[in-house]
Amino acid sequence: MDFTIEINKEQVPVQSGEYLLDVLSRIGIKIPTLCHMKDKLPTGACRMCVVENKSNGKLITSCSHPVEQGMRIDTQSQRVAESRKTIVELLLSNHPDDCLYCVRNKNCELQDLAEELHVDDRRVRGEKNNYHLDMSSASIVRDPSKCILCGRCVVVCEETMGVACIDFANRGSQSIISTTYNRGLNVSSCINCGQCIMVCPTGALTEKNHFAEIQDALANPKKVVVVQYAPSISVSLAEEFNMEPGLDINGVMNAALRKLGFDFIFDTTFAADLTIMEESTELIDRIQKNERLPLMTSCCPGWVKYAEEFAGDLLPLLSSCKSPQQMMGAVIKTYFAERMNLRKEDIYSVSIMPCTAKKFEAQREEMVSKGIVDVDAILTTRELARFIKLYGVDIHKLEPEITDSPLGARSTAGKLFGVTGGVMEAAIRTAYWKLTGEELIKFQIKELRGLAGRKEAKVEVNGLTLGVAVVNGISNAKVLLDEIRAGRNDLHFVEVMACPSGCIGGGGQKIGASPEALAARMQTIYSADMKESLRVSHKNPEVIELYRSFLGEPNSEIAHHLLHTRYRIREDILK
Amino acid sequence: MASISTILKQYPDGKREHLIPILQAIQEQAGYLSEDSIVEVGKHLQLPTSKIFGVATFYNQFRFEPQGKYHIQVCRGTACHVLGSSTVQAELEKRLKIKAGSTARDGLFSLEVVACIGACGLAPVISINGEFHAKLKPADIDDILEHYRNLESE
Repeated sequence: MDFTIEINKEQVPVQSGEYLLDVLSRIGIKIPTLCHMKDKLPTGACRMCVVENKSNGKLITSCSHPVEQGMRIDTQSQRVAESRKTIVELLLSNHPDDCLYCVRNKNCELQDLAEELHVDDRRVRGEKNNYHLDMSSASIVRDPSKCILCGRCVVVCEETMGVACIDFANRGSQSIISTTYNRGLNVSSCINCGQCIMVCPTGALTEKNHFAEIQDALANPKKVVVVQYAPSISVSLAEEFNMEPGLDINGVMNAALRKLGFDFIFDTTFAADLTIMEESTELIDRIQKNERLPLMTSCCPGWVKYAEEFAGDLLPLLSSCKSPQQMMGAVIKTYFAERMNLRKEDIYSVSIMPCTAKKFEAQREEMVSKGIVDVDAILTTRELARFIKLYGVDIHKLEPEITDSPLGARSTAGKLFGVTGGVMEAAIRTAYWKLTGEELIKFQIKELRGLAGRKEAKVEVNGLTLGVAVVNGISNAKVLLDEIRAGRNDLHFVEVMACPSGCIGGGGQKIGASPEALAARMQTIYSADMKESLRVSHKNPEVIELYRSFLGEPNSEIAHHLLHTRYRIREDILK
Repeated sequence: MASISTILKQYPDGKREHLIPILQAIQEQAGYLSEDSIVEVGKHLQLPTSKIFGVATFYNQFRFEPQGKYHIQVCRGTACHVLGSSTVQAELEKRLKIKAGSTARDGLFSLEVVACIGACGLAPVISINGEFHAKLKPADIDDILEHYRNLESE
């Protein structure tokens, strides 16, 4: 520590260059913030975090002020309290105030601050915001009337995701967050990742829900309603019910889904194993032909859309594999339907995803064949929790149950898909086995673990040094793409996940989860991979059976038809 | 689009700081900033179009629709403001059924708010295609608009 400053009449040691806000939170003083984002440059836009500097009598924003010698800070003065309260009152003055009907009710930072700061009468009455609701996107609904202009969505979209499809427009009291020409999100460069929803303090950004359709299907006796859930759901759902972060409630979730009325419960992790079978075949083929390297993963629909928009030159590198969700959807409406003697039309296929981009992916034209979609509706993790509550299922009182056959078995390799680096690890295990006929001895590849934004490793396979890279957060992918464009050629396989940390940090997960909670989700997935015995995709018995009785072999004609897709350069959007 | 590329050619190593001069040049030439033009500028400067739109909407000088045949500038400088130019503007918006910064659907009139146009002695003043109308009251607006409409029907 370099020097001390006075905070609330006590001397506190500080390091030079530290922001005041960080010092205050370190010593246990809670400062309200709205625009502040961890690890991003402070903007000081919302002014919620003001404190009084007694040495010059000024109110300063603690988020953007580094500590200075001689500071005497008061965080509790009446002036501070009044100032913060006034900000909230002003924000509420043009806010729609329809909290009871808002999806963020009881999970809203503006609402919390109004309560904490004792906003208990309406001192300021302003003209209410009245902007068009943007429902154009398949994934995200934008309601600018509820926006408080904190700018966090703009920062995350530009800095974390490298997309920048929204920005501040106009000036002063006319300011709004807008797409280019205020057009719909569907014609903007939005990749539907939903990270803007994760940082939005209010209900200005939410996912487009499919509740009504799913309820209709569940109530329709003619429909066989099938559900699948992504690998990361079982380790993140618990938090929605105030259980310990990282708790794996897979069995209980199965029981809850049965109580909701789903007829068959399948695990998308099965399809992750299937993806590995197809994608490792593709990898080996490209390495042997020494063409279109590095192979890039295509599991993440946010990344796929980004690539179509901004990396058209590299599209041929993308794996032609559909994502696990879509593979599962295709297999449900063919293989499963045949086995059960069902017509495709009578199956309603729901998936539970940590992701908002999956909603976009499911309605892509490539995912429809003869008017039948692979997947009919999607719930995010958050939405599943709301759904369970709607149906009055008390998740705390359920006994664990298992998934249904023939699409329920999974390996822990598939489970790893939930964390950044997981697709890579799983693929290497199976590729190694295919190339050498033996199992990889060191199953866990240390370099590819953890939540860093970029990881690389070299793996020896039969004398070939396999170069692999893993990136999460599109801004990290951008750097790697530029290296590849500049001629980098030591890489064979690249995994890209749009969201930071991969699917456990997806745009459909619990809003406001701490970094510790994310780490706990990751640990649970890793520990399953330590404890369980089925740790490679190619030994998944139901996957083996699917190939034996239906698909033949990876990349067979029927596999190609059902499990692979194509991409197109998107020039028709405002980017 | 050819004309835009001529403008962009003047900034071969286009940088962010060239954005506003480029937008001004486009508006000078085309009368407004079209979606297509912003996309072209974005490609040239490697800037997201949302950013360009953000910058352009910050300034009053940029238009996003073609100008009308008769372009009305309402002076909102200090002298005009003191003498009631806000009511003049409100009356124009009411009569034309458009907001300042936009163009009527028939393309006849467009409305723009400008800072002082240097005719403070004539306040409140508007300029229609460069022709000044001085010392206005809201009640005068109807006649003025009618005058231009009559020019059309002749």
